[in-house]
Amino acid sequence: MSTVLLPPRHYLNDGYGVRSWLLTRDHKRIALLYLAGVTFFFFIGGAMAVLIRLELATPPGDLVTDETYNKLFTMHGVMMVFFFLIPVIPSVLGNFLVPIMIGAKDLAFPKINLLSWYIYVVGGLFTLYALISGGLDTGWTFYTPFSTVASTTNVIPAALGIFITGFSSILTGLNFIVTIHRMRAPGMTWFRMPLFLWSTYATSLINVLGTPVIAITILLVAAERVFHFGFFNPAVGGDPVLFQHLFWFYSHPAVYIMVLPAMGVVSELVAAGCRKPVFGYSFVAFASLAIAVLGFLVWGHHMFVAGESVYSALIFSILSFLVAIPSAVKVFNWTATMYQGAVSWETPMLYAYGFIGLFTIGGLTGLFLAAIGVDVHVTDTYFIIAHFHYIMVGGTIMGYLGGLHYWWPKMSGRLYNEGLAKLSAGIIFIGFNLTFFPQFVVGYLGMPRRYHAYPPEFQVLNVLSSAGASILGVGYLIPMVYLMWSLRYGRLAGSNPWGAVGLEWTTSSPPPTENFTETPRVTWDAYEYPASVETDVA
Amino acid sequence: MLPEAAHHHPAGLAHQFDNLEQQKEAATLGMWAFLTTEILFFGGLFMVYTVYRSSYPDAFAAASHELVVWAGTVNTAVLITSSLTMALAVHAAQLGQRRLLIVFLLLTMALGCVFLGIKAFEYYTEFVERHIPGLNYDFEPKYFRNAQLFFSLYFLMTGLHALHMIIGLGIMAFMLWWSVRGVITAEYYIPIEISGLYWHFVDIVWIFLFPLLYLIGRHAH
Repeated sequence: MSTVLLPPRHYLNDGYGVRSWLLTRDHKRIALLYLAGVTFFFFIGGAMAVLIRLELATPPGDLVTDETYNKLFTMHGVMMVFFFLIPVIPSVLGNFLVPIMIGAKDLAFPKINLLSWYIYVVGGLFTLYALISGGLDTGWTFYTPFSTVASTTNVIPAALGIFITGFSSILTGLNFIVTIHRMRAPGMTWFRMPLFLWSTYATSLINVLGTPVIAITILLVAAERVFHFGFFNPAVGGDPVLFQHLFWFYSHPAVYIMVLPAMGVVSELVAAGCRKPVFGYSFVAFASLAIAVLGFLVWGHHMFVAGESVYSALIFSILSFLVAIPSAVKVFNWTATMYQGAVSWETPMLYAYGFIGLFTIGGLTGLFLAAIGVDVHVTDTYFIIAHFHYIMVGGTIMGYLGGLHYWWPKMSGRLYNEGLAKLSAGIIFIGFNLTFFPQFVVGYLGMPRRYHAYPPEFQVLNVLSSAGASILGVGYLIPMVYLMWSLRYGRLAGSNPWGAVGLEWTTSSPPPTENFTETPRVTWDAYEYPASVETDVA
Repeated sequence: MLPEAAHHHPAGLAHQFDNLEQQKEAATLGMWAFLTTEILFFGGLFMVYTVYRSSYPDAFAAASHELVVWAGTVNTAVLITSSLTMALAVHAAQLGQRRLLIVFLLLTMALGCVFLGIKAFEYYTEFVERHIPGLNYDFEPKYFRNAQLFFSLYFLMTGLHALHMIIGLGIMAFMLWWSVRGVITAEYYIPIEISGLYWHFVDIVWIFLFPLLYLIGRHAH
């Protein structure tokens, strides 16, 4: 390891000026631009969460007014969903890895890739303006008629921000689809691709098919506010529930936009951490597509209490249960991969273990919610909050952090402090569970979401949750510090610090601008680890 | 920039592709994926239209009768003709006939402008006749409420379609400039072809909008 040197020419030293970054067409630099963007919005959304948890530490509404509280949870949701969770893995890890993993020089449309970052930033600025100039109180769901005729807050700038940012996900999805179809290196067949690409592909399909529907829906809301058209206004015969149908037609699949890429990351981590091919490769690959398809058929389970007919509720309930099948296929296959593997305890694997456990809890509580009777009991309670945070935070963020730690040596060329990294992974896991597990209980006992005051008997559970949130916050700050530190002081990583297989580990760290000195020819399957490792353990 | 001297580079080939064939396939697939997005975008509107038309069929028929049918009919013919000239432009580009390509692009743009002109005349007429909800609106008392849904949809659907036409004209202007400068050749005609795909798509949206908005209930008369 001591003889490792940085490559003389790589994408990070290929120009240093501001222009070389802001006008770059290199997918790797654009990935880092996105990294800056999503991190920024993550900490803004996180600051809102801190204030929410501080308010809820005591039963009366004493820290902020009810109106401010409404704005806090709304902007927390908007920032986290649209500007962090949806773009995070595809735009940062996906942008960096998709071309390298298939042996291409870049994405199919590098200029469009850069454009999509600018669109993301402009959308973010609009939403930031909505936040600074007075906030938004509709909830991230923009339910009508409140958002169209009643709310006096900044609906239009926030809606515009989301509308604009949507085009960024559409263009990124389109770029990935075309790249995966048309840019694979010789020999890189579909079934030799790493599973991260299958899940990125499935996610891109949802981006391309779902995002335009939220775009038109948000546009209808804006048109109703600006021109006083009446699409969802009962005064002219409009139907507010129609808005919910359109909204969830995108926003339920959006959950899979958030979690599918994390599943792809976990497949990579598990294979590298166990030195084995992922068990049942094609099942895991097709499970991604199955989740993407089924995800479009379950939106009605958000409207069990919104006056949906019994028959459609029944059908949506059954379809929602079906999502559990491909999800379980993945969890079982990762577990089967670990069986008799040389299981590692390095930081990326810790996050993978965290993901599998937390996603399982989030997924199983999803089954509670697919059951109409239970759902009616817990609708709009903290049970829902806990459930989706287990998927989005316990799932997506765990997967993202795992992936970031796994590919950080490739992105930066340097190693971070493994001890600190393990420590913060542990802090995040403990903090997360302490924050959100009590919310299952308090929700089941009947505490509703979106209130800034609550009865005193719920205080113990809420204090536990707020304490967990502060631990979680510390856990998220530590990686910021040691990852930045590693950029300058970290040990050099070398091209393959994990001893993993995959095209990204065959090129230098950091990779050259054109990714490979010559186009690779692929003659092997994904995850072809030497069999000797396996027999050693057996 | 990285040195790319090693092998011959055909005009128009971007650095990330191996050859023009790959680039063409990627560009075409990209445009089809984009059009799929567009279908879903308009699809949301068509869904809203379907729901409200089936809820309020009489109000929709009454409101539909207020539109200027001859103008919509003429515009349909204009757009279909522009699709023809667009297809001919693609054909000319493939054969490397630059003068013909420029002529057909100009014709396509002219027809697009005619369409937008007629559309503007229609909007003006609707304004004069007080059919604009929230701004200048009146209607027979029986359908006063629900006809607003029709007109709101009419303006949003045709407005978004017109916006797509304007973007299309911008693309065509760009293609015209490239054609005049000689960027477009028989070897590198992809930009014209995928711009054509977009143009045809916008026409097809109109082919659905015309009967749904202008011709409701006319079979009964």
